[in-house]
Amino acid sequence: MKLTEDEVRYVAELANLRLSEEEVHRMSQDLGQILTHIDQLKALDTSNVEPMAQVLFAADETATLREDVPHDCLGNRDALANAPLSGAGYFKVPKVIER
Amino acid sequence: MSRLSEVASLTIPAIREGLVNKRFSAVEVAQAALSFAERENSATNAYLTFSPERALAAAARVDEEIAKGEYVGTLAGVPVAIKDVIMTKGLRSTCGSRILENYVPPYDATAVYRMEAEGAVLIGKTNCDEFAMGSSNENSAFGPVRNPRALDRVPGGSSGGSAAVVAQGTAVVSLGSDTGGSIRQPAGFCGVVGVTPTYGRVSRYGLAAFASSLDHIGPFSRTVEDAATVLRVIAGRDDLDSTSAFAPVDDYHTLMKEPALGMKVGLPKEYFEGLGADTGKLIGAAVKELEKLGCEVREISLPHTQYALSCYYIVATAEASSNLARYDGVRYTSRSDGDTLTAMYRNTRGCGFGPEVKRRIMLGTYVLSAGYHDAYYRKAQQVRTLITQDFTRAFEEVDVIVAPVSPFPAFKIGEKVDDPLAMYLSDIYTLTADLSGVPAMSVPCGESPEGLPVGLQIFAKHFDEAAMFRVAYNYEQATAR
Repeated sequence: MKLTEDEVRYVAELANLRLSEEEVHRMSQDLGQILTHIDQLKALDTSNVEPMAQVLFAADETATLREDVPHDCLGNRDALANAPLSGAGYFKVPKVIER
Repeated sequence: MSRLSEVASLTIPAIREGLVNKRFSAVEVAQAALSFAERENSATNAYLTFSPERALAAAARVDEEIAKGEYVGTLAGVPVAIKDVIMTKGLRSTCGSRILENYVPPYDATAVYRMEAEGAVLIGKTNCDEFAMGSSNENSAFGPVRNPRALDRVPGGSSGGSAAVVAQGTAVVSLGSDTGGSIRQPAGFCGVVGVTPTYGRVSRYGLAAFASSLDHIGPFSRTVEDAATVLRVIAGRDDLDSTSAFAPVDDYHTLMKEPALGMKVGLPKEYFEGLGADTGKLIGAAVKELEKLGCEVREISLPHTQYALSCYYIVATAEASSNLARYDGVRYTSRSDGDTLTAMYRNTRGCGFGPEVKRRIMLGTYVLSAGYHDAYYRKAQQVRTLITQDFTRAFEEVDVIVAPVSPFPAFKIGEKVDDPLAMYLSDIYTLTADLSGVPAMSVPCGESPEGLPVGLQIFAKHFDEAAMFRVAYNYEQATAR
């Protein structure tokens, strides 16, 4: 299993990761090696096996729902405290919509 | 606390006894633990942040409560350390990542809240692999942790700092997180007890999410009893984590002190293939000890074990690629400039994440991408079902399963750093508990000829931590020096 450097660049775009050319080169080798190992799963017949998304335990369907009443939550100031850039009670980001 | 090293021999019951009989105060214990921890840290790099104000305030509260004859909490005056992927209000929590270097959480994780409510004294945050991704602690942005038992070796990972501080004795207990073995493997490498509870047993509210269907919080300690004490404090339903289970929490202390006589112990043959000779010998001796205690030992098979590593690296990285999307330069402290929003995201993440985190985000993004989802992700979820069914069948015959924690003891710093797959293989015996959700723990079972600790792994049925503690406690008592 090989992952070409172009495929690596495409996946990095999907993942919103800037990679240097050196990283792209290294990533193509590392991911290729790991995917080769992972390919062993193809040998296993799973045609009648249900996929398992997570560990589930017996509980009523609504067990995790709480009463629909307001309660304390993180305030605006606390929520923004770690923002690299904020103003007027909002997170600030580079301009998204051009005039 | 005349000598700092006295802290190293303390246990939860010893602290309680000392406080109640006024042999020392909680403030004295806290001061000694803090000084000891700060002194030792230059050798091990196990702590990323110390919290003296928080520790001394908590200790003073404990002393006041004792003086007034009020309720003394289960963890009153106990110096604890918390892995840096677990949020602590007002106390920097970096997740071992450059991207969160200056992140100060506005809330406490439920596990931390529950421990402090019982009088625990939080002395600091521990180093770990970046976002808990790693098996050696070498992926921390703040430098590797050194194993206190052999300073040229890794402490294991990803909760290497939490294992190291308990092994060196600067904290009495600590919390770590386990997604593929990150509590049990470092516990084994450092010679301490480490517990991965049943999936859902402990609330993950305030744990930075790595792979949500696999993440656990659990304790490290020097005795089985202390691990059981901490688990009982942090376990149980939490409305702030909808995946936390409603199952009642057992009285571990009473149940684990029952003799192990007649317990059925399974040895999965797949876990003994490819095992290092020294580790194999020690595990063999531990199994003999269990037989002496009256356990019925039999060989069993967990036939899909060989697929666990592939299954894990698909499921875990897929979930990680989604969970780590939140670190985008908008909400969490670090931002690198970019002309457009997308450029800002990409630059922030490209500069902020280390190589292993990038590798896993890439692998996870790839296996979820169009055209590959069924071949990888769905396939891995099906294999996960088969691995879980292996355990369900095995537990129809046996009460607990016993195996090594890792194929070999702690390796040298730098030894596996250039070979991701070789590094991943150090977790082959621990991944299955995370995939199937069963509880498992590591308990020390001796040392290799080089003096490196080896861990015995004990698995139990979902929510039957009591059975696991019972075997571990009886084994520990029988082998105590």
